[in-house]
Amino acid sequence: MSMVFDLQWILYTGAIGLIAIGLVGIIWSRHLFRIILSLAIAEAGANLMLVIAGYRLHGHAPIMVAGVWPEQMVDPVPQAMVLTAIVIGVGIQALALSLAIRVKEAYHSLDIDEIRAAMQADIDAQAGVTGDLSQEEPSGREVIGPTVAAEEGRS
Amino acid sequence: MIWITGLLVVVMLLAALAVIFFNNHVAAVAAASVVSLALSVLFLLLKAPDVAMTEAAVGAGLSSLILALALRRLGLTQTGAASATDEREKNR
Repeated sequence: MSMVFDLQWILYTGAIGLIAIGLVGIIWSRHLFRIILSLAIAEAGANLMLVIAGYRLHGHAPIMVAGVWPEQMVDPVPQAMVLTAIVIGVGIQALALSLAIRVKEAYHSLDIDEIRAAMQADIDAQAGVTGDLSQEEPSGREVIGPTVAAEEGRS
Repeated sequence: MIWITGLLVVVMLLAALAVIFFNNHVAAVAAASVVSLALSVLFLLLKAPDVAMTEAAVGAGLSSLILALALRRLGLTQTGAASATDEREKNR
């Protein structure tokens, strides 16, 4: 009984550890590429958690062969879900990397603080706001957003 | 079973920590590939051979390929002197 507890404890430690490391990397990283890598790590942890949920101790692989009955097999449904999730995860990763490449082309940086400052400067320039001149009152006439000012300028 | 599982979990978590703490981006991609590889062996031990096959092919193979190509497009491959490809990317 002790061995059973130990095996499950180790497996859940691995899954929760991967998710925790991935989340810490997403929150604490300042580089866009590192954030994408941390997202992949967290995804791997979630996949491992799902496979552990369907695992049965001393079970057989869910493949129909002679002498193995379905009651002796591990649960195949989470495995099918994880199979789909792995492929979707790679798709998400490819999409995120393509967006990172676009950001690099637009702002020539991958540091999220620099990107955020550059985006804020673009929004301010489009809205006609001249930056953070005052902390007490809005510094420009239009504080709603860039779209209103853009429409006014176009008409 | 329990010892090899514990060893794989330790390798996996250390590689995941390396992904966060390595400064070199190529090394971080390699560490992410190690995480996927250890995870695929763990799936095999958990009696999920189809998931292990997919994780090894897609997670460790295709994902690393995509990450390496993106590293070249982003200009983060700092492995010494600038090659002709880097110069061409820089001038484009």
